[in-house]
Amino acid sequence: MTDYFTYPAVSAQRLGERILQLFGHAGRALFMLLEATYFIRYAGSKRNRHDVALQLYITGIKSLAVITVVALFTGMILALQTGLTLRDYGQEVYIGSAVAITMIREMGPFMTGLIIAASVGSAIAAQIGTMAVSEEIAALEVMSINPYRFLVMPRLVALTVMMPVLTVYTNVLGILGGAVVGTTQLGVSVPAYMDNATEFATNKDLYVGLFKAYIFGIIITTVACHQGFITRDGAVGVGRATRRAVIISFLVILVVGYMITRLFYL
Amino acid sequence: MIRFENITKELGGKKVLDDISFEVDAGETVVIVGLSGAGKSVTLKHMIRLMSPDSGEVFIDGESITMQAQAGLRRMRKKFGVLFQGAALLQWMSVRENVALPLREHTALAESDILRRVDDKLELLGLGDAGEKFPADISGGMQKRVGLARAIIMDPKIVLYDEPTSGLDPVTSRRIDRLIVNMREQLGITSVVVTHDLHSALSIGSRIMMLHDGRIVENATPEEFIRSQDATVQSFLESQYITKKGKWENTGHE
Repeated sequence: MTDYFTYPAVSAQRLGERILQLFGHAGRALFMLLEATYFIRYAGSKRNRHDVALQLYITGIKSLAVITVVALFTGMILALQTGLTLRDYGQEVYIGSAVAITMIREMGPFMTGLIIAASVGSAIAAQIGTMAVSEEIAALEVMSINPYRFLVMPRLVALTVMMPVLTVYTNVLGILGGAVVGTTQLGVSVPAYMDNATEFATNKDLYVGLFKAYIFGIIITTVACHQGFITRDGAVGVGRATRRAVIISFLVILVVGYMITRLFYL
Repeated sequence: MIRFENITKELGGKKVLDDISFEVDAGETVVIVGLSGAGKSVTLKHMIRLMSPDSGEVFIDGESITMQAQAGLRRMRKKFGVLFQGAALLQWMSVRENVALPLREHTALAESDILRRVDDKLELLGLGDAGEKFPADISGGMQKRVGLARAIIMDPKIVLYDEPTSGLDPVTSRRIDRLIVNMREQLGITSVVVTHDLHSALSIGSRIMMLHDGRIVENATPEEFIRSQDATVQSFLESQYITKKGKWENTGHE
């Protein structure tokens, strides 16, 4: 009987501990981000520029293949779905603006964010996690090398620079993918599609989309690096950190993406 | 040089270090031995503040490392070189880049001077032809030697060794032992070695300290250590077939 009444108390205590833990992690991740941001001023220095260039290459060039495929097909699917509906009303000529606005405002930064979180974010968490369990992070600390400057800052620079660049690339390819479907499946000419695509999209759409991409870059770096740094328990822990980095990045990207849209368009 | 004053540390509800105090003098090689979980590595981590004590203080050259702010901590850590259990080499860097890292981070030396100093250290540790290799391409023993080269590249006053011979074959282990002795004899480095290998401890240590249940049960020269009357020490010696005369005891025929 006594046990029965203690269960809610125990559960409440555990819930409280979890919430405190969550705030603790968020605080440490934020502190890491602030410290890495402070070190950005040294990104071009002799001892950092090689690492920054390497991360720019890994994030930008190595992600191009998958982004190309996803962007093209996202534009094609968008064009097909909206085009089929618009055709019912004889308005298929408007697929250009539908695809362009959707890509530039939402799908471009969102799809790029998901791809980079899954590919680059997971790799960051796995690498830093492996370093944490094999004492490489401790070795850096003992050598008086700040791990946030050495590991986080180059990745932060790379992701915040490359996310907007890759988003522009995704937008362009998505719109081109839509053009392919528009001309081959829906009978819309390329000039009509392009005129329509550029007529309705505004500069604000582009800037808000790029701002989202920039914020998503910060989110992916922060989540992935933090999950890496708190990795424990060997290979199992590295797997757990990688999974968490991707899941948390996805969730935060979704929520923050919605909030930015609401902030600028409502 | 290193002074522990009443250090207590609790991990997971268990007292890993229980009010321990000891000193390591300049030029000594102190070997900390004990069973797994006795608190050896925790003791080592307190020396460089990879862990902080629940109570007590650690002094390096008379200055508390426990109470230092980040800038002071970085300055004090430069007195140390550390060889980690798994060598902790950065996997994406070559052997030469790993060893050069502290020089590139903390000095304004020209690249040619950095490479010369790195190659000198690699030569000293018998790694002259391994500079361009990556950690994944070399043996565990070589990785430990690279870790040692990196630990001494800044000419530290103190080198800490965490299980330097674990996972190595006996021949390579003795080679690492000789290197540790050479560090003291040739470079005058103060060393603290954590190991559970008593044969290694007896051959390299100027003093051996045994931890058990978070307390120091013996702190003596190798000769005194093997004659210790403490039951835990005796049991530890017997577990590695070492007699009071310091010789192997073959129990295979008993």
